[in-house]
Amino acid sequence: MGNLFKIAVRNLLRYKRRTILTASLITIGVVFVLVFISVSSSFKTMMTGQITDSMLGHIQVHRRGYVASIDNLPLNLNLKPDAVKKLDDILAQDRDIEAFSPRIKFGGMLSNFVETTNIRLNGVYPEREFRTVPLLASRISAGKKTLHRGEILIPALLSRGMGVKTGDTVVIVATNQDGSVNGKSLTVSGVLESATGPGGRDGYVHIEDAQEILRMPAADVSEVAMRLRDFGRLESVRLRLEGLLGSDMNPQGKPLFEVHTWEQLSPFYNIARMIDVMTFFIKLMLIAIVLISIMNVMVMAVYERIREIGTIAAIGTLPGKILSMFIIEGFCMGVLGTVIGNILGGGILYALNAAGITFDFGQQTGLILTATVDPADVAVLSGIVIIVSVIASLQPAFKASRMEPIAALRHV
Amino acid sequence: MSLITAENVCKDYHTGEVTIRALNDLSFAIEPAAFVSFVGPSGSGKTTLLNLIGCLDKPTEGKLTVSGTDISLLDRKESAAFRGSHIGFIFQDFNLIPVLTVYENIEYPLIMVQNIPAGERKNRILRLLEAVDMNAQKDKYPDQISGGQKQRVAIARALVTNPKLVLADEPTANLDSKTAYAVIELMKKMRDELQTTFIFSTHDQKIVGEAEILFTLEDGFLKSRETRGGGA
Repeated sequence: MGNLFKIAVRNLLRYKRRTILTASLITIGVVFVLVFISVSSSFKTMMTGQITDSMLGHIQVHRRGYVASIDNLPLNLNLKPDAVKKLDDILAQDRDIEAFSPRIKFGGMLSNFVETTNIRLNGVYPEREFRTVPLLASRISAGKKTLHRGEILIPALLSRGMGVKTGDTVVIVATNQDGSVNGKSLTVSGVLESATGPGGRDGYVHIEDAQEILRMPAADVSEVAMRLRDFGRLESVRLRLEGLLGSDMNPQGKPLFEVHTWEQLSPFYNIARMIDVMTFFIKLMLIAIVLISIMNVMVMAVYERIREIGTIAAIGTLPGKILSMFIIEGFCMGVLGTVIGNILGGGILYALNAAGITFDFGQQTGLILTATVDPADVAVLSGIVIIVSVIASLQPAFKASRMEPIAALRHV
Repeated sequence: MSLITAENVCKDYHTGEVTIRALNDLSFAIEPAAFVSFVGPSGSGKTTLLNLIGCLDKPTEGKLTVSGTDISLLDRKESAAFRGSHIGFIFQDFNLIPVLTVYENIEYPLIMVQNIPAGERKNRILRLLEAVDMNAQKDKYPDQISGGQKQRVAIARALVTNPKLVLADEPTANLDSKTAYAVIELMKKMRDELQTTFIFSTHDQKIVGEAEILFTLEDGFLKSRETRGGGA
């Protein structure tokens, strides 16, 4: 086998310019795909992180029908205390779940005694919420990075629009499930920068304040958001929770709970999917480049070496070895292009990170692009290029191995 | 026992609807360690006959046995294996592999065809390089040596597998007369040393005289068999 490689490499070196050109084409393709995959997946990961860690969490559980009506923030579709208790017990025991946070979501009116506007609010246990969505604290641009009873975190847009600052007193007025109206004075403890996605412009109050405003006799909950230890286990945890919660039925005989991943709750998931589709087509382009360039070179190599093939066949080289000889040439070309491409691609990614390129996403500005590449992606990409190189060599190699020695020796 | 036996061998070629008989009812036998030449004008069937003996082609009719094997019964893979173990080839255009050195060209059949261990390979190659007087050029590539030297390398490559038979189709056609004579002498010397049968075709009258057994072909027919000094 070593000698087959030696001969293959020597044959590639025989036509240096052609080998360099073909390897360069593969290299450029690999570099382009590597950089694209890296930048797009880093962008995707960063944005997914922003969305899940700022407000959504990785998975949410609601009462059945709640998500369909989520824009109305329906209080009559909250989870009742028994259901919340069961959910608490299950989530507390699940080793995949790092933290979870019950929320009461409701709409109300915010007044600074001069102006009044509407606001969407989340009633939360602050410590649990900050553990479930760890970037929430970083969104607090002014004031304390905490929340206590009697305090409110208000969105920056309302803060600027109404001239409300930290330390000011505001009144929240809301209608409860029975239709009666109640209000409560709260102190602005902080201003929240907006985040792109559902809930990105919501305010936060302590859950006990929310219960008081809504005059809830028991601790109803609109949703429970959770954070996983390993984001990669998203789907398996969702399926397991569905299984565990599936036995609880509502009076209509349908499951009481709904389990949704962030993908089903955020429109950004569709953008992420588009990025995946683009990546797929970019990879297809790379495959086409490798396939055509290697096949072209190998067809030429076979044509130019017909007499040589005739000679080695005449002296007894078996067809299988002739086939291997040409396949190994294609393989070596693929490996050469892949190795150089990976090195150059790595260099470009290093340069991109060193340059500290920033970009904006929705309301968020100045996000620094940190292009990283998963070694598994590099391995898959390299594998694809090498396998395609071998596949591209198959036809010319097969033709070479099937040549009749007499006809090949006569070739001029 | 004869090394090669031909019994009523015919070979036809088909061009469209036209059938051309290249060899017609040839019968002969060649003994081991013979130094044989097939002579005749262009188109007489010399190359066709060498191709049949070399298992590169099959007779249309008749039976051709080489080293006890009926070559018409071999399939493509078996033919290749048979050539690799029993037959060496010397070509008119030398046909050395350009990306391999002189040493590596001689080594090629031992690695790619016979899978001989490294130590034995080296012994055989050095012995043959010495025999064909190419030791000093062993690290050169084919484009760095002369035509006569290339043919000497080709002879060493043909002999390195210890074949029973070496076939040479017009081995001196691309050489000047002095070099051609030296090549034939080298072939004869190797026959004497290794007891390998050499069969070559030629239409060069100057080297025909070196053959010990001379078959004359004309229009596909075997016109004569002539034995000269030392021939069986």
